[in-house]
Amino acid sequence: MPNKYKTIRTVKTIFLHSFLIVVTLTCLFPLFWMVRSALMSNETIFIDKSLIPRELNFHNFYRAWTEGNFGMFFFNSVIYTASVVLGIILISSLAAYAFSRLQFPGQNFFFYMFVAAMMIPLPGSFVPLYVLMNKLGLVNTRIGYILCMINVGLSLSILLLKTFFDKMPPDLEDAARIDGCSKLGIWWHVALPLARPAIAVIVIFNSLNVWNEYILATLLLNDKSLMPLQRGLMVFQGVHSVDYPLLMAGLTIAAVPIILVYLLMQKHIIKGLSSGAIVG
Amino acid sequence: MHAETIPIKKISAVQFKSQFENFLFIVPAVAIFSIFYIYPFFEIFNLSLHEWNGISLIREFVGLSNFQELMRDKVWWDSVGHAAYITLIALTFQNVLAFALALACDREIRAKKFYRVVFFIPPVLSEVVVGLIWQWILYSGMQGGQHIGLLNYFLNQIGLPNLVHNWLSDPKTALTCIAIVHSWKGFGWGFIMLLAGLQTIDRQLYEAARVDGAGTWQMFKNVTIPMMLPVIMVVIILTILGSMQVFVLILSMVGQGLVYHTEVPVTRILASMTGTNRFGYACAQGVIFGLILVGVSFSLKKLSNKMKQA
Repeated sequence: MPNKYKTIRTVKTIFLHSFLIVVTLTCLFPLFWMVRSALMSNETIFIDKSLIPRELNFHNFYRAWTEGNFGMFFFNSVIYTASVVLGIILISSLAAYAFSRLQFPGQNFFFYMFVAAMMIPLPGSFVPLYVLMNKLGLVNTRIGYILCMINVGLSLSILLLKTFFDKMPPDLEDAARIDGCSKLGIWWHVALPLARPAIAVIVIFNSLNVWNEYILATLLLNDKSLMPLQRGLMVFQGVHSVDYPLLMAGLTIAAVPIILVYLLMQKHIIKGLSSGAIVG
Repeated sequence: MHAETIPIKKISAVQFKSQFENFLFIVPAVAIFSIFYIYPFFEIFNLSLHEWNGISLIREFVGLSNFQELMRDKVWWDSVGHAAYITLIALTFQNVLAFALALACDREIRAKKFYRVVFFIPPVLSEVVVGLIWQWILYSGMQGGQHIGLLNYFLNQIGLPNLVHNWLSDPKTALTCIAIVHSWKGFGWGFIMLLAGLQTIDRQLYEAARVDGAGTWQMFKNVTIPMMLPVIMVVIILTILGSMQVFVLILSMVGQGLVYHTEVPVTRILASMTGTNRFGYACAQGVIFGLILVGVSFSLKKLSNKMKQA
């Protein structure tokens, strides 16, 4: 009897693993195919379908970086991602700290205004936003795009940080206050450093969001020199629709940094999402 | 009396200054939010009542005529149907797969962490990257008598040439391909949320059920499902909101073609705005679609609250 029980368990385990491995391969294969296609030449890519081509052509990455302008697009994406994330952290932590620790009239009203914005889906809000940016002369400027993207990440970051500050014991802040630290000083020297775990989650999710953003970049940035990677990829694809090795090299350039960041930070990402699932 | 009121007034003046200082903390956030969220929020309603090409100084007030036109716009309602179709596939195929994987990884099995890391790779990629990779795999062109796209080449190679297809240009298959790629990109995210939910279930509940003689299926039905209902509802609502608004994936897989079989509401809004320069009509579409989404998610939340009570 115990033997039979064991066999059933082994069969079950094998079955489960085959299922999981098939899904794993389905996840990874398209990415492998992207990198593999990026390593081929224009002559071989349409004919050779072997998994590992005989000749590996690393020159495509150089061509994509220079001729395909992906170096410039990459640089722009880095600028946008860094400035937006920095802006979100400063602005949302200031507000979240005030909502959690300080008193002022209209406190609840303003807080629920930010929360409500997350509950209401607003498809097509890019139309009036574009009109406004046009009026303000912020179309085709880096600062215009950065401000719009800061706004996109603001609500969730404020909510996350306020929840975090609410749970934080106020002892250290009290000590700093007794030492004569100003409110702004307490925010900067005490609250921000303590909030590091929450800030890590905010940095990761907003970096993913800005790096992958497409529609506002399309509407607001028409100069090639201002475009981030996602927009650059679509423009490149529109012009050189048959140069697949170069396009695949560009896709690899856009995908690899985000996959690396994810692999380095996956614990925070999964923790952030999981707590979201349980709170929600 | 008089002597007492003065100190109180003084305190309130100090308080006022302090509260004003406190308020300054939220000023940057409120300023950005008002300019880039609240103003567009009201402006979309305002613009939807106008006929305007986006450039001219004159906006003609037309009342509800944009909305009346929208009600009769067949391409628009077809596009809502397309989004609903993609959502339906995401709700069934994607979420069932995510749930099955979460159940598999909730057990004591090896390499659990590895699977968890891999399944979340597609969700971190951008829709542009995912769309362009899959467009290349599904490509239907031929050169020198050979299929260029991997899928058609593969089907031909394994002796199923009759399954070779113009996947993305045939109206019959394009939308399904988009929905499947959308599910490929999204299942890992549902998987993580559902797995997190499964791991909060107290193992003693399963033990108690087993002692009472419950089989695997009965435990699933009577323990897992009821305990998971809140998380399942969150996943369902987020899947609906996300899938109904999918469009960058479509732009990168099939572009904004002249044919309408892969149009979804957001690509219609974009077409009204940048294609035909009808900003008012685009806003009317945005308002109606927003109301549809709010209605759906609101009624689902109500339903989920009712289920919690029951």
